[in-house]
Amino acid sequence: MSPNAASEPVIAFEGVRISFDEGEALRGINLRVAPQETKILVGETGSGKTLLLKLAAGLLRPDAGRVVVLGQEISAMREKDLLDFRRQIGFVFQEGALFDSLSVEENVAYRLREEGADEAEIEERVREALRFVELEHAIDKLPGELSGGMRRRVSIARALISAPPIVLYDSPTAGLDPVTAQTIITLILRLRDTHGVTALLATHRLQDAFAMAHYRFDPESGRVAPVAPNGASAGPMTSFAVLCDGAVYFEGDHRAIAECQDSYVQKFLV
Amino acid sequence: MHEAAEVSPLSAIAEVVKRRIFAVQDYALLCFRAMANIATPPRYLAETLDQMDVIGVGSLPIVMLTGFFIGAVMVLQTASQFERFGQTALTGDVVAIALVRELGPSISALLVAGRNSSGIASELGSMVVTEQVDAMRAMGTDPIRKLVTPRVVATILMLPLLTAVADFVGLVGGFLVSNLELRLNPVQYWTRAIDALEFGDLIQGLTKPLIFGFILSTVGCYQGLKVRGGTQGVGRATTQAVVVASVLILVVNFFLTRFLLWIFR
Ligand SMILES: Nc1ncnc2c1ncn2[C@@H]1O[C@H](COP(=O)(O)OP(=O)(O)OP(=O)(O)O)[C@@H](O)[C@H]1O
Ligand SMILES: [Mg+2]
Repeated sequence: MSPNAASEPVIAFEGVRISFDEGEALRGINLRVAPQETKILVGETGSGKTLLLKLAAGLLRPDAGRVVVLGQEISAMREKDLLDFRRQIGFVFQEGALFDSLSVEENVAYRLREEGADEAEIEERVREALRFVELEHAIDKLPGELSGGMRRRVSIARALISAPPIVLYDSPTAGLDPVTAQTIITLILRLRDTHGVTALLATHRLQDAFAMAHYRFDPESGRVAPVAPNGASAGPMTSFAVLCDGAVYFEGDHRAIAECQDSYVQKFLV
Repeated sequence: MHEAAEVSPLSAIAEVVKRRIFAVQDYALLCFRAMANIATPPRYLAETLDQMDVIGVGSLPIVMLTGFFIGAVMVLQTASQFERFGQTALTGDVVAIALVRELGPSISALLVAGRNSSGIASELGSMVVTEQVDAMRAMGTDPIRKLVTPRVVATILMLPLLTAVADFVGLVGGFLVSNLELRLNPVQYWTRAIDALEFGDLIQGLTKPLIFGFILSTVGCYQGLKVRGGTQGVGRATTQAVVVASVLILVVNFFLTRFLLWIFR
């Protein structure tokens, strides 16, 4: 166990339950994310990944249990206070959720404009964020004119514009071709290793998850390199949680999951 | 499913009633929050002006067109009655009173409901299903403040103006027909029309659109924000918004008229 894991978690789910008309969708989730850790949520469709992320951002409230983020029990906060609190959270939605009547620039700048930053600063930070996702040239386009991968990247730029300490990624590679998916994963690696964010990442693709565990972004060379072979302890912290039907089915690091013989977990390995 | 089959009709009705009550409660809460937001910053002035343009300027042509023909047809209908008693001079009174008190406000409200309740519901509904509303919340914006309040304020401000335009254009329509068909003297028509109107009529004619504007915008927003179930849900919400807003306007119109007549008589 790495030393950080013992310290206060940044995100903690404690016995979280939520149900809809169709039945219980989350059945007592307990999960903790340590500072600077990337927790990868794997699970088949409908297993509750999106629900967990929305709970972590306070977009939904649990029917039972607690959600604690940065030491605050957000499941008991008023929506008014939550609006301010969410400044510390970047959310990359499953389908991007870009404002389709606003340009790329307006989408990325949205949060800064809402906070009333001055235009010169906005301009600079928007360019920086778009440069980070390599989309500076698309600044004046509308979301409808972009490809799926580009939209996803704009959505990442929008989430990181205020440099939040926590980023929640909902299936950032879903529905993308492998090459584009790889670009997105590289971006997420860069964000993790240069900004030190704490992240929850939902995905169907375990190869993305392994890439997160096995590679790191080297700020000096500016490339992605394998984590030192002498053990993952030198690399950034990545751990996995496999969700099944609204419950945590398996939890562990990349070695534990690779060795796991369980048939449900194995399904994601192929 | 098995259990559902055994549910007694009584508890099924209770379930439906419960849902209705919750819906009314949600709607009331939305209305309250939309209005309460006006008192505190941030206020979205640019959005409000934008909506005033969409709702006010955008509705102007249809409101004028219908206003004109409503006024015109009223002269045709009333004149054929008045001619029997040789009292065609009274048409100005009738057109003015009916337009200002009743037809102007309700026809404008129904037209704007058809145009904007549906527009608001489909716009907000699409934003809900594409998670743009959640994205807004995730970035610290209150969607009621940013989306609902500007639309409600804009409609409340614009509908009385649209109604005033409809009233005026209606009187012009009435005048043209009375002049061309009945050979009514212009001075006679206009003085009668203007003299017929009392202070109470004007108050009635301006109070109604304020309240109708509130109804049609809040219903549109409510229907849009409660959309579930994709594109189909958006379609349903759009129709629902027009139906609910129109019916509500006509029902409220009755009670409001009763109330205003009681005050001004
Ligand atoms: N608003 C809602 N109303 C009713 N049921 C819901 C709602 N949101 C989620 N659910 C249900 O909760 C369960 C979990 O949904 P969730 O969106 O978290 O799945 P997911 O793991 O993100 O799936 P995917 O990989 O397809 O995105 C599903 O069975 C879904 O039907
Ligand atoms: Mg999902």
